[in-house]
Amino acid sequence: MLIKPKAAISSAEITDEQHFKQRRSLIKALLASGASGVLPVAAANAGQTPPLSATPAELVQSYNNYYEFAFDKESVRDLAQALPTDQWSLEIGGEVEKPGKFYLEDILRQQPLEERLYRFRCVEAWSMVVPWLGFPLQRLLAQVKPLSSAKFVKFTSVYQPEFMPNQERGLMLAWPYVEALRIDEAMHPLTILATGMYGNHLPKQNGAPLRLVVPWKYGFKSIKAIVKIELQSKPPVTTWNKSAPHEYGFYANVNPDVSHPRWSQATERPLGSALFTARRNTELFNGYAEQVASLYTNMDLRHFF
Amino acid sequence: MATRSDKLWWYCCIASLIPLIMLLVDISQDNLGANAIQALHIRLGDWALRFLWLTLAITPLQVITQWRGMADYRQLFGLYSFFYASLHVLGYLFADHNGVWGNIAVDILESPYIWFGVFAFIVILLLAISSPKAAKKRMGKNWKKLHRYIYAASCAAMIHYFWQLKGNLAEPLFYLILLVLLLGFRILVWLQTKQFNKLMIPKGHK
Ligand code: HEM
Repeated sequence: MLIKPKAAISSAEITDEQHFKQRRSLIKALLASGASGVLPVAAANAGQTPPLSATPAELVQSYNNYYEFAFDKESVRDLAQALPTDQWSLEIGGEVEKPGKFYLEDILRQQPLEERLYRFRCVEAWSMVVPWLGFPLQRLLAQVKPLSSAKFVKFTSVYQPEFMPNQERGLMLAWPYVEALRIDEAMHPLTILATGMYGNHLPKQNGAPLRLVVPWKYGFKSIKAIVKIELQSKPPVTTWNKSAPHEYGFYANVNPDVSHPRWSQATERPLGSALFTARRNTELFNGYAEQVASLYTNMDLRHFF
Repeated sequence: MATRSDKLWWYCCIASLIPLIMLLVDISQDNLGANAIQALHIRLGDWALRFLWLTLAITPLQVITQWRGMADYRQLFGLYSFFYASLHVLGYLFADHNGVWGNIAVDILESPYIWFGVFAFIVILLLAISSPKAAKKRMGKNWKKLHRYIYAASCAAMIHYFWQLKGNLAEPLFYLILLVLLLGFRILVWLQTKQFNKLMIPKGHK
């Protein structure tokens, strides 16, 4: 079946060492103090990055941007349940040696799932921390053997107007939803295809059965319900970039210094935070600069936003 | 001796607190959803806007129905718009930003949609301060001039609403249509009489 035993790589392995040590010492301190709940407060007070702790699943699964279903975040969960996700197949083509159409079940038989605890930052300035289950996109791409002419990877979401009301009405965006990465971004070990979260199946409102997760980019890059992956030599036209090019760039890297034309990106509101708590300061590349900044050396991040 | 219309005024005054009570109930029951702070902004911002539109509706209503003594209602709803707008702004400064002034400064500077909110709030604040009868007397002709800025404030509030938007256009479009009707009425009257002044006279009151 779809979900295999989780966590071949622990989230510690993808946390850089300094944070890991910091976390260990905090955990020790916590054990010494014998009080749970002290941990985040202590870390915040010390002005250090607190260790990641997952956002409650209920919040992540009830507050969803999924415009195919609805423009508000609260009604997506109910509407999305209608989408059929069984017998899912994925087409992979373009500049590859071995294009083809694959059943998701067959793909998953070859891809051990890993748990990745990632920050997720929406372009609307809210954020969450999600334990995804998935596998690195590079492993799937390696199987179809990209040609040297492959410079970009284009992803296409499902087009199912019978089940997706705003596709049926042709509202707001050009459907189906399309996103894309540069090939080096797609091959980066942090980039995963997710099929689950919180040790379980991916809920439909979160993009079941197969979605992209690129933790250093704004959430809209992490396209849901993928049916097609194409490798291309030319930059693909992506949905939000086409709809509002001055607001949503192709790169969409999380960057507190480059504000959206209508609002600031300097701070973010983690889901589930109580009233009367300060916002979190948004980090460059969403806190993954150490791993990904080298992809963008000599690039003006203001221009290529 | 409460007359019938005084009683209605009191009913309105108390009923206008219902949105606040409902909000407090939802907060106490943790009923605001995953992004409670945004929900708070939306609730209070929406009510500030609704009361502003209600305030703008009084004059047309008075002209059409020839009812007397409606200026008191205009003042009441205007002050409630100020009340909810103040809670909205306090919510932004403290419930959202917890008074971290550095973050607040950056957020306002980098968010053009908030500039329009700030402008609208400053105007509404000035109108509220100058709203007592004594202030009105003291200001004479200037009072009317100042209070005409309610039109600028409502346009700014409308832009503020549109510019923070991420998805759903239906609701703000509804309020925009209402605003066009409310302001359109004034333009029509003005075109007919070329005398804007008539609009602001609380007919037959005091
Ligand atoms: C200092 C002044 C103000 C500030 C800082 C402010 C701030 C905000 C913020 C942070 C939001 C939420 C944006 C989001 O959801 O991400 C918002 C929304 C809103 N504000 Fe304001 N605001 C101000 C003044 C006003 C005034 C004076 C009004 C109305 C008279 C108003 C009406 C609204 C409305 C209608 C919304 C949208 C609610 C919705 O989405 O349904 N705001 N404002």
